[in-house]
Amino acid sequence: MQSFVGQVEGHYRDGVRLSSASFSQTPSFSLIILTHPQSKLPMSAIDDRFSELRAQNRKAFIPFVTAGDPNLEVTARALKLLSASGCAIGEVGIPYSDPIADGPVIQASYTRALDAGTKLHDIFAMVAKTIPELSMPLVSMVSYSIIQRIGAEAYLQQAKAAGFSGAIVPDLLVEEAGSLRSLCRQHDFSLIHLVTPTTPRERMLRIAESSSGFIYFVSVTGITGERNELPSDLLDQVAWLRERTELPICIGFGISTPEHVRRLAPVADGLIVGSAIVRRLSENQDADRALANVEALVREMIDAMMAAC
Amino acid sequence: MSAVDQHNPSASHLPDKHGRFGDFGGRFVPETLTRALDELESEYESAKKDPDFQRQLDELLKSFVGRPSPIYHAKRLSEKAGGAQIWFKREDLNHTGAHKINNTLGQALLTIRMGKQRVIAETGAGQHGVATATACAHFGLPCVVYMGAEDVRRQKPNVFSMKLMGAEVCPVTSGSKTLRDAVNEAMRDWMASVENTHYIIGSVIGPHPFPMMVRDFQSVIGREARQQCLDVMQRLPDTVVACVGGGSNAAGMFYPFIEDSEVELVGVEAGGLSSAPGQNASPLTHGMPGVLHGSYSYVLQDEDGQTAPVHSVSAGLDYPGVGPEHSYWKDSGRVRYTECQDGQALEMFDTVARTEGILPALETSHAIAKAMEIAGEMDSHQVVLVCLSGRGDKDAAEIARLKGLEDPT
Ligand SMILES: Cc1ncc(COP(=O)(O)O)c(C=O)c1O
Repeated sequence: MQSFVGQVEGHYRDGVRLSSASFSQTPSFSLIILTHPQSKLPMSAIDDRFSELRAQNRKAFIPFVTAGDPNLEVTARALKLLSASGCAIGEVGIPYSDPIADGPVIQASYTRALDAGTKLHDIFAMVAKTIPELSMPLVSMVSYSIIQRIGAEAYLQQAKAAGFSGAIVPDLLVEEAGSLRSLCRQHDFSLIHLVTPTTPRERMLRIAESSSGFIYFVSVTGITGERNELPSDLLDQVAWLRERTELPICIGFGISTPEHVRRLAPVADGLIVGSAIVRRLSENQDADRALANVEALVREMIDAMMAAC
Repeated sequence: MSAVDQHNPSASHLPDKHGRFGDFGGRFVPETLTRALDELESEYESAKKDPDFQRQLDELLKSFVGRPSPIYHAKRLSEKAGGAQIWFKREDLNHTGAHKINNTLGQALLTIRMGKQRVIAETGAGQHGVATATACAHFGLPCVVYMGAEDVRRQKPNVFSMKLMGAEVCPVTSGSKTLRDAVNEAMRDWMASVENTHYIIGSVIGPHPFPMMVRDFQSVIGREARQQCLDVMQRLPDTVVACVGGGSNAAGMFYPFIEDSEVELVGVEAGGLSSAPGQNASPLTHGMPGVLHGSYSYVLQDEDGQTAPVHSVSAGLDYPGVGPEHSYWKDSGRVRYTECQDGQALEMFDTVARTEGILPALETSHAIAKAMEIAGEMDSHQVVLVCLSGRGDKDAAEIARLKGLEDPT
């Protein structure tokens, strides 16, 4: 399929690509990595993926799904379908009982997953089983409450062994991230921090310094959920940061239409879509139909992204 | 006496600049809230040093709240306990009927200092919601209160009061429909409204600087009580007892006694129906350190870090977490934490009503029940001081329902 974004051969295990298209023809990007201000940056499959995409002048479409909603089999099927549809990276939401940054759609989805008895070790087992069939690396979206309880080192080891390449921890600020950050660096695991419209500019730079894999640029002051309008100064904000970091910048929160994708794709390295996908997955009792709806949306958005860049 | 703790030589110096009480506390929130928390922290620091702020708050506490609240010797109850004298610090006599107003007035003043135009709050028992609605009506600030649907039901009179004072009450139907879900919903509102809205948290919970700031605003309880004991009895109490939900009345009561090592401090959690998981709301007794609602503290959660279901007959104690400073006091051994079950608290509600002519809040009834037990083991020249954190009118209907009587309201 020619409209694939970031589709490459190969699959991922332990966060490391086992086989893939060569990216040896991208010396300029290797140079970028080498000249990054951080001395020891983790190199995960996320970094590999973005070097490939950049070399091909492509953007990453990053879908979010909740692990275990409605059950882990459907989550595994969704991941395979998303990967086959040309998604560059998959974001797997680890359901949490008290998600402060999430709107009603993802909250309800977390609640359903937990009510269905989804446990962390089952999620890891599902990912381990599914990842050989995926051509996209996975990152977990996980509350620090969960990491803290398991222990940072144990979480990292288990997540990595399952096949995750990184983590987005929405309730972990740079100030509190010190020990997790050094562990992630040791383990070549991406730690993806978020910047938001309320983040002062000099703080954005500190966050960029602490991040690896990519920077998650939150589009709105608020929680996750589909929206009609995105803030007017978003493009400028991203462009400002774009000038000051070599890390890929991906925009998320509120992106729900191909029109949003068309507007944002040119300034970002990737776009993250959550609620719009989670809602489609939950709207239909019949898993086949729900997955077909997700596929239709994702293909439409990826097409919009290709057309815009 | 200044309303905000400024140069109290007996106060401990925590938290550190990262908001840590030992290992506990900190800030575990989405990045979106960082700027507002930084701003709140610096505004609070400057207000603390501003004599005008102090004067304004002191004046409000005096003329609007009715402070100082008295201490009262509960003689018939003491007799019943058959040991030490039981004294009450009468926070139930404050305007709005609980200690919560000490904090909401302080934070409402800060809201105005920060130039924010809207206030949100969570509430469990409704006392904090009423106290926030009151402060907002006083200052003419619009106010939205999030309250679990289950608590809306069991604390009906307070819902009506809030509405009378112009607050919008939003019932929260997610999760357990209680205090924890109300905090979640208030935080989510704040995520989107943070630029013009202040979130008046009702207890010593949440991200730094809330646990420190709420403790300071509530410390007026302990400062007054300590001085009143010296004035009235020429001595400090032997034991000070308070109930612990999030822990604000207890923190405010204990903090000024922290360095008085001869004074025993006892915090009473909600023992619910039993010590089995899901049957109580006692994180300090049955929980483990973990992260909830922005800070690292004892919490009731499962092995995956998911917040566990909790139960208490009292809406204000029905919460799986607790303020980080209490965790620090627990681990350092300075405060002893224990629990009191539903049945014992309900029984004490009746006992205090009949022997003292005071209807204590169900939350407070937990503390009094433990105080009775403790006093029973002590001598008649000794003194147990209980923080009577609030009055129980709000609980009358729910108690009638539990007893199978008709709703009196
Ligand atoms: C009268 C009264 N006491 C105690 C509490 C528990 O809160 P805290 O532990 O913060 O004092 C409440 C909470 O609503 C209350 O209304």
